[in-house]
Amino acid sequence: MNGVFLASDVDFMIKGLFSYQIFGQTVWITTTHVSLLIVFLLFVIFALFARHAIVNADPYAEPGTFQNIVELMVEMLDNMITGVMGKNATKFLGYISTLFAFILISNISGLLGLRPPTADYGVTFPLGLITFSLIFYNKIKHQGVGGFLKGLCDPWPIWAPINIIGDIAVPISISLRLFANVLSGTVMMALVYGLLYKIAWGWPGFLHIYFDLFSGAIQTYVFCMLTMTYITDAIGDS
Amino acid sequence: MNISGQDFIFGCSAIGAGLAVIAGIGPGVGQGIAAGHAASAVGRNPGAKSDVTSTMLLGQAVAETTGLYGLLIAMLLLFVKPFT
Repeated sequence: MNGVFLASDVDFMIKGLFSYQIFGQTVWITTTHVSLLIVFLLFVIFALFARHAIVNADPYAEPGTFQNIVELMVEMLDNMITGVMGKNATKFLGYISTLFAFILISNISGLLGLRPPTADYGVTFPLGLITFSLIFYNKIKHQGVGGFLKGLCDPWPIWAPINIIGDIAVPISISLRLFANVLSGTVMMALVYGLLYKIAWGWPGFLHIYFDLFSGAIQTYVFCMLTMTYITDAIGDS
Repeated sequence: MNISGQDFIFGCSAIGAGLAVIAGIGPGVGQGIAAGHAASAVGRNPGAKSDVTSTMLLGQAVAETTGLYGLLIAMLLLFVKPFT
């Protein structure tokens, strides 16, 4: 029974905080909602400060530290998005930048002691679905219904089922990639803290650097990069 | 020793979880090959080091996915317990 006892100390599951009934269904408010709310509040407070700094900026004075940081971030996102999407970048700047900031803050919120919201499939799957609808919408808009059907029957009509499966796999694969990476980091940290709780003091910091900061940043970049590549593919050369 | 049906199913799930994590071999080999080629690319053209590194990391992050699918199956078997 020793192994069972040890395993019960490891805790990384989503916990329900309270439930309520709506239309006969039980709906739970979980730790994910709380983490999302905290991330959202951080995001909104930062955005308000950034807006204040930019609106009140004096164009003839030297920019302050905070304004420099905000300008640097916006410039980096601009360069990344323009580098991949080229002339289509202006329409998607807002969405991709928001997505990048949200996923990044969610992934590194493990440093604040939260359970990262992206370690819940209910958060990453909607992001994948948004990507899927953007691909679908842009394909219909820029290639027309005829072009869309022709793309499905490429190279011969007999390949259509495989192409449809390939299209449906896109949101599932990109959302599972993000979810599984963040979840594996969460599980590792829970194992370290749950099984070594007397010894795990101070030194797990470097594990946090790898699992939260490095892995989180890489996966954020990958998610945004794949979204941009798929959308650019859907728009085509027109 | 008496083993109930529930225990037997949980034991089999644990074996299945162990087998599912073997999926980690593939991404390990793939990431190693990518890193090796990146190292030889930097050796041939040291000026392009930052570009090579970022491309390698992006490719490795995508290649990691299949291993993580195996991990997901293992976690499902151990913690969600779909068969018990």
